[in-house]
Amino acid sequence: MNIVVCIKQVPDTTEIKINPATGTLIRDGVPSIINPDDKAGLELALRMKDLHDAHVTVITMGPPQADNALREALAMGVDDAIHLTDRKFAGADTLATSHALAGALRNLTFDLIITGRQAIDGDTAQVGPQIAEHLDIAQVSYLRKLDYDGKRTFTIERSIEDGYEILETEAPCLVTVLSDAFQARYMTVKGIMEAYAKEVKVWGFNEIEVKEEDLGLKGSPTKVHKAFSRGVKAAGELYELDTDEAVGTIISKLKEKFII
Amino acid sequence: MENSTYKGVYVFAEQRNGEIQKVALELVGKARDLAADLKEKVYAILLGHNIAGQAQMLIEHGADVVICADAPELESYLTEPYTQAMCHIIDLHKPDILLIGATTTGRDLGPRVSARVATGLTADCTKLEIGEDKHLLMTRPAFGGNLMATIVCKEHRPQMSTVRPGVMQSLEADTQRQGEIIMVDVPFATQKFKVRLVKSVKEKTSKIDISEAKILISAGRGMGCCDGLNLVKELAETLDAQVSASRAVVDCGLVGHDQQVGQTGKTVRPDLYFAAGISGAIQHLAGMEESGYIVAINKDKYAPIFQVADLGIVGDARQIIKKLNDRLKN
Amino acid sequence: MNFHLTKEQALFEQMIRSFAEKEVKPLAAEVDEQERFPEETVAKMARVGLLGIPVPSELGGAGGNNVMYAQAVEELSVACATTGVIVSAHTSLCIAPILESGTPEQKKKYIPRLASGEWLGAFGLTEPNAGTDASAQQTTAVEDGDNFIINGSKIFITNAEYAHVYIIFAMTDKSQGVKGITAFIIEKGTPGFSFGKKEKKMGIRGSATSELIFENCVIPRENMLGKVGKGFGIAMKTLDGGRIGIAAQALGIAQGALNETVKYIKERKQFGKPLSAFQNTQFQIADMQTRISAARMLVRSAAFKKDQGEKFSADAAMAKLYAAEVAMEVASKAIQLHGGYGYTREYPVERMLRDAKITEIYEGTSEVQKMVIAANLLK
Repeated sequence: MNIVVCIKQVPDTTEIKINPATGTLIRDGVPSIINPDDKAGLELALRMKDLHDAHVTVITMGPPQADNALREALAMGVDDAIHLTDRKFAGADTLATSHALAGALRNLTFDLIITGRQAIDGDTAQVGPQIAEHLDIAQVSYLRKLDYDGKRTFTIERSIEDGYEILETEAPCLVTVLSDAFQARYMTVKGIMEAYAKEVKVWGFNEIEVKEEDLGLKGSPTKVHKAFSRGVKAAGELYELDTDEAVGTIISKLKEKFII
Repeated sequence: MENSTYKGVYVFAEQRNGEIQKVALELVGKARDLAADLKEKVYAILLGHNIAGQAQMLIEHGADVVICADAPELESYLTEPYTQAMCHIIDLHKPDILLIGATTTGRDLGPRVSARVATGLTADCTKLEIGEDKHLLMTRPAFGGNLMATIVCKEHRPQMSTVRPGVMQSLEADTQRQGEIIMVDVPFATQKFKVRLVKSVKEKTSKIDISEAKILISAGRGMGCCDGLNLVKELAETLDAQVSASRAVVDCGLVGHDQQVGQTGKTVRPDLYFAAGISGAIQHLAGMEESGYIVAINKDKYAPIFQVADLGIVGDARQIIKKLNDRLKN
Repeated sequence: MNFHLTKEQALFEQMIRSFAEKEVKPLAAEVDEQERFPEETVAKMARVGLLGIPVPSELGGAGGNNVMYAQAVEELSVACATTGVIVSAHTSLCIAPILESGTPEQKKKYIPRLASGEWLGAFGLTEPNAGTDASAQQTTAVEDGDNFIINGSKIFITNAEYAHVYIIFAMTDKSQGVKGITAFIIEKGTPGFSFGKKEKKMGIRGSATSELIFENCVIPRENMLGKVGKGFGIAMKTLDGGRIGIAAQALGIAQGALNETVKYIKERKQFGKPLSAFQNTQFQIADMQTRISAARMLVRSAAFKKDQGEKFSADAAMAKLYAAEVAMEVASKAIQLHGGYGYTREYPVERMLRDAKITEIYEGTSEVQKMVIAANLLK
């Protein structure tokens, strides 16, 4: 079985702080990590490798420093790594990103494509299903358990709001996985020593099968109109009120914040 | 693409087991605002089997037209049949705007549909408005909620967005409201149906890790014992929130250690942190001060919790929560 | 000159930090409080290859180097000094002498199992009457055909009954003094080999420290490490390497104490502002950081020299001497900056001070390090 895992290198958003003076994000010194859902995807693939002797390829699209994420995946135990990087890919929204990744995936043989459910920097959860559409294969999102019969059939538990669904499908298909479903293994020391000895294939626009107009900023139907921080946290308001007034104040504030 | 041929604000009216989901009504409510600004109509797309009877409910909550595809293939949600139905309706009706609830269903369906009809999709929006040039402005949190981004989709139609459940307001049902119901036959390409639903299993809502909760109602010593904690639980239930606690309450054994906020417990950053009767020892503040919005109630107006609270109320947390519960229920 | 980690070392730093933070740190207080050897952590460390870092891959190791080994002990000790010393004793004091002085058969038999963590290693030199004066060995090994018969006892042995393989030193010829000392590889379960009392310690309380007792313990000649009479050299060389591990442990304790302090002073408010806003606090942490960075330079440079096959004995001694002093000083200042809270077990800095003290004592006291450094200057 051939598995391809799509990963993204993201800033560790739990480490991002807001500059209290300007209200802007402080990105300096924020470590880059493999997106947690994607890391769970790597773990799922490596378990399939342990159980079914699957061959695991990891692919990422991103700037040169995304190489580090691929080395980490290699040190965890994946077999091959592909780094998709080209100026033509820059500025892509989810649709253009999915076109580039689908273009690269067309070069590969796969029975199963694994992506994380969503990335912590964008939280869109869109790239996986969009890749599946471009490749015209089935998708199952929110996967929390995967069984493979060793031939072609996958049995999948898919998390939903009030429980889960059990779904069946055949290879090839694409699944998106949840980070808490698969606790990712650590890199091994041996894996780390070997990670830089392995070749990471670097592919650009010329190496993949995709139309240029579908890529990058040009291929992105959505554009950022404006971005803003939630604002500087002002000194809070403090009230000494009787119970009724206090309750009223709380309710109106919660309404203002769209909580109720 | 000639955008002007695309008209109307459409809502995917998600149903499960034949029941219209709350988020669908919220979206219909929001769609009314948007449609009013654009002087267009609100359309609800209802997919399912033996479902047409539910259409009236969508009209009562604000839809002008319900487009209904009623077919056995659509009984339970599966990506491909639903995508085919949605794309068929998009081709037929050419929506200007299409809103989908950001549920597990909506976030599976939305991207598949957007890729098939080659348009943009903005995920998990918390604010929608019509801009000066009549485009939809879609605002959503990014970077773990540290940043808000307003997204537009000017060149492609429909302008698609998934919308976070619980954010938009549904309208009161108006039983007198009249609307049109259009039935659609979807020409399914069944050879593309590759996923089978074996069964759907309900689970008791698994306890969410408090560090991932969107809303936390946190109890401190000021809430007193059992009955105080019940008040907090009640409020959490009403607000669809999780319960957490300060170390004092955890040490009493009233709640588990996995619900403790603070240095020796967990670090949390929910959208709303509601500190009920928590004075705010530094160990506690360290665990929650990054929260989006902090409401604190405490008797002592010099309590350190007020240094980090956005809204501080000096008073008896038990009485205030009790009254708040009553008011929210009515 | 290059002060950067290699790519592999940088990736390793990422891995070991996350491992220490998620797997080691949560247990640190409990392991200390209950004086419990963290067996589950040892199993986890084995799985990711932390028990055979500087061991060649042909012998089942990770194929890493001593800089990485020092990184590992440091980062583990940031979270839990007990865990740091388990790895240090295993790697520096058991694996290293076998790699250095073992026969091909000994290496083949012991190294893969030690490097994979299937077996844990230990080292026994110290005796009740042979501490700093290690030449005063009273344990004896008497030749008997193809065997040696060992009698005596070793004290303060790290990893104690949790180890499977022990490097033990004994007198084969008392008349020869240090030239009469021979090293042996002894396996747990050998008849006549038993464990004595377990020490109750001030710090590194999760680390098992016991007495080893040998009563007519028969060891085959093939388990002799190196040649007859060459044991003292093996012991000294082993301790040279071990000092890199202990220096790294001390460094980790200091860094851990500083990390906790920085976190605390940003949160703790007095007189209406965080402690970190007071200049005295800032000067304190500046001093702490400067010393830690200097100690790290010494530790890394000693490890680097060892990797290059250069002489590193004095470097390792300076690293250990200095890092141990820094650990004591930083942990003590950390408590001071924590105030009363720092003196309680609610915060980890009091444990760190207790853990720090041993780094000035074991694998050669600070005074021994000075002797080594001075001897190197005066030769």
